[in-house]
Amino acid sequence: MKPAAFDYVRAEHLDEALDVLNREGSDARIIAGGQSLMPMLNMRLAKPRTLIDIMRLPELSRIERKAGTVTVGAGVRQASLLDWPELGQSLRLAAMALPWTGHAQTRSRGTVCGSIAHADPSAELPLVLRALGGEVHLCSARARRRVAAKDFFAGMMATTRADEEMIEAVSFPADQRLCAFREVARRHGDFAIVACAAVATTDGVRLAVGGVADMPTARDFPRLDGSALDDALNAFAYELDARDDVHATARYRRDLVRMIGRDLVREVLQ
Amino acid sequence: MAEAASHVMANRETGSTWVGRSIPRVEDSALLTGRGRFIDDLGVRPGTLQAAMLRSPHAHADIVSIDLSAAKQAPGVVAVLAGEDIKALTSSLVVGVKAPVECWPIAIGRVRYVGEPVAMVVATDRYLAEDAVDLIEVRYEARPAAVDPLAALSPGAPVLHDGFPGNVASDRTFRYGDPEQAFASAAHRISIDVRYPRNSCTPIETYGVVAEYDPGEDAYDVLANFQGPFSIHAVLSRALKVPGNRLRLRTPPDSGGSFGVKQGIFPYIVLIAAAARAAGRPVKWIEDRLEHLTASVSATNRAITLTAAVAEDGRILALDWDQVEDCGAHLRAPEPATLYRMHGNLNGAYDIRHLAVRNRVVVTNKTPTGLNRGFGGPQVYFALERLVQRIAVQLGLDPLDVITRNLVPADAFPYRTASGALLDSGNYQEAMRRGVDEGALAELKARRDAARAQGRLYGIGYTAVVEPSVSNMGYITTVLTPAERRKAGPKNGAQATATVAIDPVGSVTVHVASVPQGQGHRTVLSQVVADVFGLKPAEIRVNTEIDTAKDAWSIASGNYASRFAPAVAGTARLAAERIAERLARIAASQLNTEIEDIAFSGGNVGSKRNPDNKLAFSRVAGLSHWSPAALPDGVGQTIRETVFWSPPELTAPDEEDHINSSLCHGFIFDFCGVEIDRTTLQTRIDRYVTMHDCGTILHPAMVDGQIRGGFAQAVGAALYEEYAYAADGSFLTGTFADYLLPTTAEIPDPVILHMETPSPFTPLGSKGVGEGNCMSTPVCIANAVADALVAKDLELPLMPAKLAQLVRGIEPAPQAGHAPEGIKESNGDRRLRGEGEAIVAAPAQQVWDMLLDPATLQAVIPGCHNVERLSDTHFRADVTIGIGPVKGQYRADVKLSDLDPPHAVTLGGAAEGTLGFGSGEGRITLVPHENGGTTIRYVYEAAIGGKVASIGGRLLDGAARVIIGQFFAALARKAGGGAADQPAPSFLARIRRWFGGRS
Repeated sequence: MKPAAFDYVRAEHLDEALDVLNREGSDARIIAGGQSLMPMLNMRLAKPRTLIDIMRLPELSRIERKAGTVTVGAGVRQASLLDWPELGQSLRLAAMALPWTGHAQTRSRGTVCGSIAHADPSAELPLVLRALGGEVHLCSARARRRVAAKDFFAGMMATTRADEEMIEAVSFPADQRLCAFREVARRHGDFAIVACAAVATTDGVRLAVGGVADMPTARDFPRLDGSALDDALNAFAYELDARDDVHATARYRRDLVRMIGRDLVREVLQ
Repeated sequence: MAEAASHVMANRETGSTWVGRSIPRVEDSALLTGRGRFIDDLGVRPGTLQAAMLRSPHAHADIVSIDLSAAKQAPGVVAVLAGEDIKALTSSLVVGVKAPVECWPIAIGRVRYVGEPVAMVVATDRYLAEDAVDLIEVRYEARPAAVDPLAALSPGAPVLHDGFPGNVASDRTFRYGDPEQAFASAAHRISIDVRYPRNSCTPIETYGVVAEYDPGEDAYDVLANFQGPFSIHAVLSRALKVPGNRLRLRTPPDSGGSFGVKQGIFPYIVLIAAAARAAGRPVKWIEDRLEHLTASVSATNRAITLTAAVAEDGRILALDWDQVEDCGAHLRAPEPATLYRMHGNLNGAYDIRHLAVRNRVVVTNKTPTGLNRGFGGPQVYFALERLVQRIAVQLGLDPLDVITRNLVPADAFPYRTASGALLDSGNYQEAMRRGVDEGALAELKARRDAARAQGRLYGIGYTAVVEPSVSNMGYITTVLTPAERRKAGPKNGAQATATVAIDPVGSVTVHVASVPQGQGHRTVLSQVVADVFGLKPAEIRVNTEIDTAKDAWSIASGNYASRFAPAVAGTARLAAERIAERLARIAASQLNTEIEDIAFSGGNVGSKRNPDNKLAFSRVAGLSHWSPAALPDGVGQTIRETVFWSPPELTAPDEEDHINSSLCHGFIFDFCGVEIDRTTLQTRIDRYVTMHDCGTILHPAMVDGQIRGGFAQAVGAALYEEYAYAADGSFLTGTFADYLLPTTAEIPDPVILHMETPSPFTPLGSKGVGEGNCMSTPVCIANAVADALVAKDLELPLMPAKLAQLVRGIEPAPQAGHAPEGIKESNGDRRLRGEGEAIVAAPAQQVWDMLLDPATLQAVIPGCHNVERLSDTHFRADVTIGIGPVKGQYRADVKLSDLDPPHAVTLGGAAEGTLGFGSGEGRITLVPHENGGTTIRYVYEAAIGGKVASIGGRLLDGAARVIIGQFFAALARKAGGGAADQPAPSFLARIRRWFGGRS
């Protein structure tokens, strides 16, 4: 469990990070909190030629609320977002989900954007971004662009980020919509077997599910109840194409989507 | 000796002994301030090298070739050793049964479990050693694996060792009393089939070894965090081909937990010692966590059919045990001890006179097993106490009544069990009465009733357990027939040693061969010896390191079988008393009084009658150094005394296979209430009560610590922990993200109750207490879950998804049009299956030609380069496969078969690389369209194993699907169309980047 040799670049300016990324492409990895990447390095699952450390860039460490949007920079640790005094008013769903993201120890190092870049299908923060319809701010040496969450996540630990791009920030729409979150894991802090987030929409509810499909998946439902809701959730549960693993069966995951989904939808529609 | 003993007794009566008090642990200040001295903290000699292992990704495979040349050329590398190199330097480890099998610490020609060492690199640092490990090229030819113990017994199962035909290492039957008659006459015959899973107690500190070879003396010097038993020293010196006096084995001052597990380090001691010999320099190896979880050691998993002959009132008249013990790929010393540790106690806490036993030991393609806290107890009690619960349910009785009616009578001690154990002391009925009363069972029942009235799932479970301690070193020979035993010579006993020494200024040092891993032995020994000499514990210095070249030790030395308090602590008192008796004679002579008048108290040795007539302890104690001539005639020295103690009760198995497998037998009565969430089916322990009788308690806080620690590990075994294997033998729980230990958030605070019935067989009246809850708690929780769910067959760990299968009915069907194609239940078979189709513009013949064209294959196989064409239908290629940051290099072998041009072809492949291996097969069908296009249909099946399966199992299926999706997407693109089983845009984008203008 010793990593293969790599070059380490501690970027002093964002441009420096982007230049190295532009030069090295997929042979370079951005390291922020390192809570997913470091174990992968140590187990030699990942052997990047270059690591670019972005944690000394003050411009990336800001949480800003502007015009109904909360923007979280790539250097913001999960613990910092959880401690942000406005979180409860501005991002209720994130306030509900963040305590489920790893443990206090990993949150004190891990970053919000790092979790989103890693795109683990069980992770809470990608789920929150997807449920709220947030955006990922990508930048490269040549350009900046914004990608909606639904277009960013592309599969198992896969995103539409190009090799020469890095996440500069993510932004969440800040509002007071009713929302609900529930997660089932073997132990608190484990990778979710099923994580569900529900957010009220103008004509119903959006239910987003993590831990089941290859990426967080959201579905907008009109106002439904009774067997119509059960049928809709049943269809959604199957469409997620759950799989068995060492912690749960596909059936168990579908059951949780049906049962927790129903609870959350009712909670938000009340 | 009588004087000192009576002095201790006198102190005890007045409540002034140190023993029995929870004094602060002398170990803690160092441990809590980061000053522990664990093996990896200790310096090593300059020039010491570091070792890293290449381990098998396969559960069962022949090693076709090993190419070490690149690794040998790598920077910093001093030596690279494979199986044959080790074989040349060592001999096979001894095997505990009579069979023509060898047992090597490294694979020789064949691998038999995932994680088995295949080669070892010794380099100037661990990083460089691991770099070189990645350069070793091994070609394997996979064999089918035997994974399940019962399946391993079936005809046609893959055989691991020719010397174990049918994978059976041992098959013995035993008969005690008249079980046939008991079954024939009993009102009921009640049976249960159980499986006990694989788990381990996973110490926080992993294995560590530093070894050195002195060619001048042909001798090895080894420092290892080995825990004993030191009978293994004989195994090691034999394997290293030196006499015992040329293997110096030492232990570091601190060891970070073991729970039996660090007994299993011994094969690595052989490997590292041999590596040091080959390298000509000291070699150090610290096991990493992935190595530890994958391949250190494991408790045995076991399949048991247990049948009881039961009277109408629930009395158990006879038991019939049919046990199939899975010891993994090699039968390593002291296995099959896990199966025989409980042999004298197969009746549990019950008075059952008739027993029939069949014990089979099988080998399977899993990590070899060894010592683990509870050692055989969890397996036996899971069957026995589940059966008792089943008897109650089936006969409509209260489980508590069934337990009570069967307990060994209080006036029957010492009680000889049917199979030969001598239960030393106890009053099980009284312990249960107190447990029910002080543990407030009535209140718990009221909670259950209230919860059930609200429609909640709530249950109560009970267990009564005898906890054996101080193992008879001869119990393992019960696996041999009486004739084989006669030939081998007797083995028995439980030799404990302790040395008490006094230096010239009269300060006292104690040394024992107990090898603690955090238990606090030094504290307890300071209490025990302080009481004998009338000193304070802080004045006693205790050393628990072992150096086999200098210290008193024997085969039973070490820390296992809960032997410290009953055996080692008592032996230390005997050693102290021997010196105290002589000191009393010296003092009597100097104080002009008789020996009977001498007392040790308050740092003085003085007259009981005239307390002013006294000498400082140090003055009396130092005399033997400063003025031996001043000692009274015949007293002898008071400088150092070593006592060897072995209880006479521990005799060898007799001709009828009766065996007193352990010296002491504590008693535990547990009950608990659990609630199961109706949605998640997670089990929450509402209240847990554990009543213990472990004889005399030496340090109450440490006893409670042992109970809490065992309880925590048992909660893990009950609800979370399993070393899981796939059907092909792939290991699936190589990290703590998949092998789930309960944390403080998951472990409730148990209610701990005590009573003390001293053991008549131990010097201090103590019995072991270290393992009991590992035996009682898993099944107690399972009984409560059975009660809550009205379930019969439960398997540990009680995973919510498994409970769901028991209680949930038929799943709502997917509605038409909403289900993805081909939902398949995998039923534990982890092969990945899928299907899809792509519509392309090209005609079928053109697609066909592409499929048979290596250039196309190179373009469509993700990350493919260097295609080597071996024949028209057989290619070899190097591929780089990546998912997110994970990237692995593989050597792939691709074959086309069942060609039906231009309609269908089977594409099969196998890939092997540093991250593991994969194999798959896909049938591709081409359906021509009227408009000239083609539909490509594909059905595939794939399997992935090795390191990625061990550490990324959660993501594996999704990752494999991504890669297969990449392949077909690229194929469709190449043929001028888009895949209908649409892979994500990123992959199309990535494929475009990978193949640039080629596609």
